Amino acid sequence: MLMNLFTSFMGWLDKRLPVTDAWNKHLAQYPAPKNFNFWYFFGSLAMLVLVNQIVTGIWLTMSYEPSNAGAFASIEYIMRDVDFGWLLRYMHSTGASAFFIVVYLHMMRGLMYGSYQKPRELLWIFGMLIFLVLMAEAFMGYLLPWGNMSYWGAQVIISLFGAIPIIGDDLTLWIRGDYVISGATLNRFFALHVIALPLVLVVLVFLHILALHEVGSNNPEGNEIKKPKGSVKPEELSKFTFHKQYSEKYDIVDAVPFHPYYSVKDIMGVVGFLILFCWVMFFAPEGGGYFMEAPNFEPANGLKTPEHIAPVWYFGPYYTILRIVPDKLLGAIAMFGAIVMLFLLPWFDRGIVKSVRYRSKLHLFNLIQFSICFVVLGALGTLPATPVYNMIGIVASFGYFGFFIGLWFYSKNEKCKPVPERITD
Amino acid sequence: MSNAPVINGRRRFLTAATAVVGGVGVAGVAVPFIASWNPSARAKAAGAPVEVNVSKIEPGQLIRAEWRGKPVYVVRRTDKTLSDLAKHDSQLKDPKSDEPQQPEYATNEYRSISPEFLVALGVCTHLGCAPTYHKGDFEEKVEGVTDGFFCPCHGSMFDMAGRVFQSVPAPLNLVIPEHSFPSEGTLLIGVGQGEA
Repeated sequence: MLMNLFTSFMGWLDKRLPVTDAWNKHLAQYPAPKNFNFWYFFGSLAMLVLVNQIVTGIWLTMSYEPSNAGAFASIEYIMRDVDFGWLLRYMHSTGASAFFIVVYLHMMRGLMYGSYQKPRELLWIFGMLIFLVLMAEAFMGYLLPWGNMSYWGAQVIISLFGAIPIIGDDLTLWIRGDYVISGATLNRFFALHVIALPLVLVVLVFLHILALHEVGSNNPEGNEIKKPKGSVKPEELSKFTFHKQYSEKYDIVDAVPFHPYYSVKDIMGVVGFLILFCWVMFFAPEGGGYFMEAPNFEPANGLKTPEHIAPVWYFGPYYTILRIVPDKLLGAIAMFGAIVMLFLLPWFDRGIVKSVRYRSKLHLFNLIQFSICFVVLGALGTLPATPVYNMIGIVASFGYFGFFIGLWFYSKNEKCKPVPERITD
Repeated sequence: MSNAPVINGRRRFLTAATAVVGGVGVAGVAVPFIASWNPSARAKAAGAPVEVNVSKIEPGQLIRAEWRGKPVYVVRRTDKTLSDLAKHDSQLKDPKSDEPQQPEYATNEYRSISPEFLVALGVCTHLGCAPTYHKGDFEEKVEGVTDGFFCPCHGSMFDMAGRVFQSVPAPLNLVIPEHSFPSEGTLLIGVGQGEA
């Protein structure tokens, strides 16, 4: 009886909106390679964290006051007086760091298995735009508690724009809306953080997934599960039914439908992730001073710079690249250049073989040295600038940029192993 | 459609004209949105000049004034400090103050109106942190220079005329704001010499 009611309701709905069709196309009949491993958890985890940030963010705005006089006090109010306010705030602040952890791992997956290579360049670009907007979102969000590190961190980052010749000073004045970072800056950052950038982020995530489902998922082997129509013997075809958008154009092999196979797998990932997440949130919400920095427990004070200004850990790599260059403009260019390199990665890599499993030892080494340099740069970004650390920073920066330059040179004529046609494991 | 009488040239002209008019409209609508980010009238009013009594500053002492929300350092330099300034010119990026980091009337060897008083923004020219004043113990940073400013953020260093040392991240000397001495012992920050 209830089932009949549901079926007839869905029939009514489907005549007016392609709900079942979209469900099949993107979940129940979406062909996903059957060999997804640990590294494939982080896309869905990133979406989970995005939802967490949006929901807790909405609730935080209900008690937060974006003003010079009230911001810091309203955070204390949330922490002490609002029922479960502390939990909502810790979910949001821990979520910010978790977002970057899963996004960095998600990007690492792309690097390892060549998921940025043709035909997935645009997919990668959308991902990088998400990364860029995420950094802006995190930076602006960090100003809102109006602690002293919020204030001086923003001071440092906004000053970067002052390095642009001629228009620099006027541009920083325009961004701040005052001669210093003030309530005007705080209010506009609040508006961008809670409305403008989240909207952009959601649209980009939508485009990222749409582009993914158009080109199809890569896999750890780096081969294609969609073969030219008619090239596969009927008995070799995947046993599952896939949406006609995919199966009419291609012969699909070695694939499983995303739902229920990977929805169940991803729930496993969610459980593991939430255990770690909750442990941090309940037992170490300040992340040892890395997720929330000590000077931020004092109100913003424009006349008193904290002893040691460090960005939140996730900006560390780029901050180190900025400060090892002893010239303001060139430092800013190097920092933005480091991100531009990532955008251009699909064109730096001139190879055809995608997965590190079948690429040369040189590529494996390059990938490892890049990962090490990235972590070292990140660690240095949270440490004070001393001559020794600067030397290490310079070496690691060469490693970072060297990854891309080296890749461009060796990938053209790289000696790779033959990539299997089919997924066997 | 294909059989419809179409004059393509006219259609293109209309499309282009509509696009241009629409573009002008978008540009016009963008103006208030962009301009609203400028400092408001209230912020500009808060940027008014600040008066400081400097008659009671001890030799070698630094006081902080606040102007437009930024710290302004006022130091009463001793004769020894002044005579030491010329000794480390070779270690500076811009010893002669060639970059326009100071008003015309302060473009001299002491970067000030009266040699005695250094008036400089306490804002590092690298990324805007506030350098700390090291009186007597600056030699551990730069050999042979007893006093100076050290920025805790990225290690930039400045001498007692706010001039930046070599091989530090800060590119420029500290900014000398517009200032004047309307009467003996009174410093006015924000109004230049001979302006008011």
